[in-house]
Amino acid sequence: MKMFEYMGKELFAKYGIPTPKGRMAKTPEEAEKIAAEIGGPCVVKSQVLSGKRGKAGGIKFPNTPEEAKKAAEEVLSMTIQGLPVECVLVEEKLKIDKELYMSITIDGSAKQAVMIASAYGGMEIEAQPEEYIIKKHIDPELGMHPFFARDVVRRMGVGLRTPHGKEMVNIIQTLYKICKEKDAELVEINPLVFSDDRVIAADSKVTIDEDALFRMKDLPFVEDKSPAERAAADLGLSFVELDGDIAVMANGAGITMGTLDTLQAFGGTPRNFLDCGGGTGREATAKALDILLGLEPKGLFINIFGGITRCDDVANAFKDVYEARGGFPVPVVIRLVGTNQDAGREILKSIGVEAFDFMQDAAKRIIELVK
Amino acid sequence: MAIIIDENTNVLVMGITGRQASFHTKQMLAYGTKIVAGCTPGKGGQVVEGVPVYNTVREACENHRIDASVIFVPAPGTKDAALENLEAGVKVVVIVTEGVPVYDEIDIVAYARRKGAYVLGPNTFGIVSGGKCKMGIPPNQYFVEGDVGVVARSGTLTYEIVGNLTANGLGQSTVVGMGGDRAVGLTFVDVLKMFEKDDQTKAVVLIGEIGGNNEEIASEYIKEMTKPVVAFIAGKSAPPGKRMGHAGAIIERGKGTYQGKVEALTAAGAKVAPLPFQVPALIKEALGRE
Repeated sequence: MKMFEYMGKELFAKYGIPTPKGRMAKTPEEAEKIAAEIGGPCVVKSQVLSGKRGKAGGIKFPNTPEEAKKAAEEVLSMTIQGLPVECVLVEEKLKIDKELYMSITIDGSAKQAVMIASAYGGMEIEAQPEEYIIKKHIDPELGMHPFFARDVVRRMGVGLRTPHGKEMVNIIQTLYKICKEKDAELVEINPLVFSDDRVIAADSKVTIDEDALFRMKDLPFVEDKSPAERAAADLGLSFVELDGDIAVMANGAGITMGTLDTLQAFGGTPRNFLDCGGGTGREATAKALDILLGLEPKGLFINIFGGITRCDDVANAFKDVYEARGGFPVPVVIRLVGTNQDAGREILKSIGVEAFDFMQDAAKRIIELVK
Repeated sequence: MAIIIDENTNVLVMGITGRQASFHTKQMLAYGTKIVAGCTPGKGGQVVEGVPVYNTVREACENHRIDASVIFVPAPGTKDAALENLEAGVKVVVIVTEGVPVYDEIDIVAYARRKGAYVLGPNTFGIVSGGKCKMGIPPNQYFVEGDVGVVARSGTLTYEIVGNLTANGLGQSTVVGMGGDRAVGLTFVDVLKMFEKDDQTKAVVLIGEIGGNNEEIASEYIKEMTKPVVAFIAGKSAPPGKRMGHAGAIIERGKGTYQGKVEALTAAGAKVAPLPFQVPALIKEALGRE
């Protein structure tokens, strides 16, 4: 779950990482009030879960409270990469002496968290030449220690006895503390700013591990899914909207990807990714079919290789939806093999539907039918 | 021979009294797996499918030799269950559970490394030693003994491809599910090295997917292998920035793309099948069989 910039900064501030003066506003009037409190040049930043806010005009630099009000009015009416701006962050405009980069994320290959830092921040870290990027893995059994932070700061070329260096040693340790305590799979400060003697997190990017939300009850909830994706997530299913015309349901992430790949290879276009695997029962499968039909596809392709998923559950769900709707509005092709395959096929036969044995044959058939 | 487990492996089922675990205990026993014990805290003394249930793993180990455990407990309790097995000295721990927090996974994998144990998963279908032993959830009928080793990140896609192999007369030495999550216990290289040494294995199928750089790292080792490798990579049609079901299956910041993986594998001498059903023909070609 991605957090808005202002939420990430609130989290940083709670843990003692310095952030700019200011806070979030939902109306131009609030923005004006905050700017007056700050008293001086400000920055008004749109709060959306997308990069490239600056390029889209979503970041403005008013000099007075009146200008801040006007800036907030403009930004609050914008849509950035399809996302409406619902709030802004109003902050002091920092005097920037230097911009740096810091983040902690998960390195799946190393099976460890990794600190990434650079003495050159402000742009995407990927755009930096390799020699400017410092990477240091965090041994989970050892944990974070001051020496680790000192070594990163040294490699960033900042003196350990300077006010900047001392603050950075604290910030690095705090970032890991946030990762562990809040199950954050990404915490990023870009840029981390030197402003006279201060070191300030001028931006924040925090992503919380969705699998850990069950134990993170005190965090604000951020909706980062489309309505259909949300409906599927509430059923415990993975769903991604795509822009083709054949709705797809399969069981298991790999086979669902393989199904989309196969459709595309034969000239079809998938409308979505839907993994209904992991032992999804009859009722949830039926609801998932409703979600798919709600996408108004030209056809529906169901590809089940039952392991923990049982073919009879899927067939019953299919029958339930079929009977509730008095048939399907679009052509449907089902491939059904694996656990309880015979029982599943009997159920389908009772409503006159034949199941395919092989994915490639079924994929070709649905593409013919939607043409 | 085969790798990691075989017909002599004594298996413990963690969380055996649960609905999924008891169903799959029955399936594993039907496959021939030697399940000698189960463990569910507070349910010691019960019997599930003829298997005695213990309160703790230590208690099970006092009564049986446990070579490997398969874990079916819900995600919030998975770290505790995995550590309990590793601490008791179990050398192969298969974690079927999905949705385990990534920092829990990191802790499990680090401890396993210290104990010199193998962890498969989290979020794995398990492991099958063709015709001898199955730990996990794959459907029994498609997994038969033979000389093709299979290593994969994804479950059902593996059934799909193994089903195709079996339908084409190609049995399997061992089918290894590493798990679909980001921080899993084994890498492709770990498993490829075992297959390279295993007498029973004559060729290897690698089933990968977009995201991460596991396949790219594997390519470096494939260059040195004497046995042929055939690969399929899922996610050719996946858009960037979207997580395709598995926590690890995402193209982030231009990394982990289909194209990059296929190029690395091809350059290393592996044959890449464009679609899953094309794998058996490439294996037959590599082994010079009709």
